[in-house]
Formats: sequence, C-alpha cells, structure tokens
Amino acid sequence: MVMAYVWVGMLVLSVFSSLLKGSFGTLSPALMEGASAAITLSLSLAGALCLWSGVARVMERAGLSKKLAHLMRPVFRRLFPNASRDEAAMGYLSANVSANLMGLGNAATPMGINAVKRMKVLSGSETATDEMCLLIVMNTASIQLLPTTVATVRAAAGASAPFDILPAVWITSLCSVTAGILAAKLLRGRRKHA
Amino acid sequence: MLDLLIPLIMIGVSIFALARKQDVYSALLDGGRDGLKLIASIVPALVMLLTAVHMLRASGAIDLLTQLLAPLSRVVGIPAETLPLVLIRPFSGSAALAVGSDLMLTYGADSLIGRTAAIMLGSTETTFYTISVYFGAAGVKKTRYAIPAALIADLTGFVMAALCAKYL
Repeated sequence: MVMAYVWVGMLVLSVFSSLLKGSFGTLSPALMEGASAAITLSLSLAGALCLWSGVARVMERAGLSKKLAHLMRPVFRRLFPNASRDEAAMGYLSANVSANLMGLGNAATPMGINAVKRMKVLSGSETATDEMCLLIVMNTASIQLLPTTVATVRAAAGASAPFDILPAVWITSLCSVTAGILAAKLLRGRRKHA
Repeated sequence: MLDLLIPLIMIGVSIFALARKQDVYSALLDGGRDGLKLIASIVPALVMLLTAVHMLRASGAIDLLTQLLAPLSRVVGIPAETLPLVLIRPFSGSAALAVGSDLMLTYGADSLIGRTAAIMLGSTETTFYTISVYFGAAGVKKTRYAIPAALIADLTGFVMAALCAKYL
C-alpha cells in the first residue's frame, strides 16, 4: 500500500508543479518517454542479469559460496558469540553473508530469514536480540563485491568503463557496514546502562 | 587490473567448477533463466515508476525539490541532485533504480552526479523492506535499535558515496 501513495503522490506533485511553472505541455510527452525508457532500461539490464545469474549459479554449484562461508567463520564467532554456538544458526548466518557478498540476493534473503528464525528460537522471545540487529545492519548496508546491476545501468547510460566505480563501492560499503556495526554496539551499550 | 577482473572471475569460476566435475553450461542456462524471470518481474514496476519520474522531471518538480533541499545537501556534502535518490532508496529498490538511472542519463554516467548516484545504488540496500521482510517472516515484533542503526549505516553510505565520487 505504501507504494500506492508514493506513486499517486508523484503524479499529483508533477501536475501541481507543472501548473505552477506553466509547463503542463511537457507532461504527456514525458509520460510516454518514461514508459519507453523503462523498457529500454529493462532490455539492457536483461542481458547482463541473465549472464550474471548464470555465473552466480555456477559459483553455487561449484561450492564456492560454501567455501566463502567457511572462510568467514572466525569473523562470525567474534561478531555473533551466541549464535555461533549453534551449528544451524551459524550455517544460515554465513550462507546469508556469503550470498550477499557474491551478489546472490535471491539466495541471501531466505538464508537471512532462516537465521533470524533460528536466533528467535534460541532466544525464545519476540524482541530482537543484539545479534539479530547486527545481522539486519549487515544486510541493509549491502556488502556486495560485484554490483553488476549498477554497472549495467552505467553501461546503458554510456559510461566509458562501467566497472570503474568498484573501488568506490567497496570503500563506501565497508564504511557503512562499519558505521552500522558501531552504531549497533553504541545503541546496545546505551540501553544496557539506562 | 580492474578491466580484467570481471572476465577473470567468469573464467576462474568456470574452470574451478569444471575441475569439480560440474556441468558448467547447464548451470549457466539454469541461472540465466532465473535472472530473466527476475527482470521480468520488475519490468512493470520500472515502467510505472520511470513514467512518474519523467513526469516529475518534465514538470520541474525535481528541480524544485533539489533547490529546496540544497541547503541540507551542502551540510552533509551530498550533491543536491542526488537527494531524490537518497530519499527513495531505503523504501523501494525499483524506484531507486528508476531515479538512479534517470540521474545517470540526465547528467551523464561519467559525470560527478552520475557517478555519485551509481556508487549510492551499488553500496546501499532497501533498508525498510529488508527489515520488514526479515523480522516479519521470523515473527519478531520488537525491533529495538535495528532501524536507527541501519539508517546510520545508510547515511554513512550516502556521504561516503559522494566523497568517493569526488576524490576517487
């Protein structure tokens, strides 16, 4: 329902501001352009997304995500001391983060939900635990090694080297994950003393 | 180095999978089919949202919003033109894609604004959607500090994206 209000709001706003600026002649051509621009964008995304989903499936079949998950275990033991004592929770957690890293959003979401479900069983309460909040932050901060969708949009918009934003994306993601984890620790600490 | 990264990853992954006796080609086709299904599922949303975004831009509403938010953007160091993207990003992935691609096409993919938009898109997530899906599916009712912590991470991401686009 939220998107219904957003969409209608966007249309009302544009009609309103076109009346204000006297630019209402531009609205009809703009809406036709917008609709066909979406199809052009979708078509240019389709090829790269098809290719990259294929490569991602190969990574999965070859057991690369499992390997990556295994490599990350020591980090998880520090970040999630409670959940890492439980084999199932640890499995879901590392699968979630490794799928995110490789850009397998479709595989990451069910694993993340399973991880939260398992953590809820362990805590036996309907209140989010500190470790659940940490997992949420790590998921919302998007730690993706290869942002292929964005690179494709850049290519479609005529970028000379669509992937040259990679270092910037890595640095930005690293900073936002770090800030998220620090914020989670800080907010946790404050509540404890309150 | 970066130019070779993507082809090398593809070749490396394929050879590794072959060495493990995996049918690489059928895995590629299987995954590719899922990728096409995914894009097909977001096409209607992209059409509706890009239509709205183009109307907003043509009517001058986006310029108006940009001017209105310019003082705020100077404080945090984010180009005012990318603020519509910042505002929509936590709520809807396809809307963010629509606004982001519109920015790249309007100002150029290699312009400062286009690059900032791309870095923002690549390094942030649909925060509110993720939180509601994860906690909703697991039946967690009290989210405590998850939302503020996630929003702090997002804000850091937006500011860092602007900095990286400028200096990297």
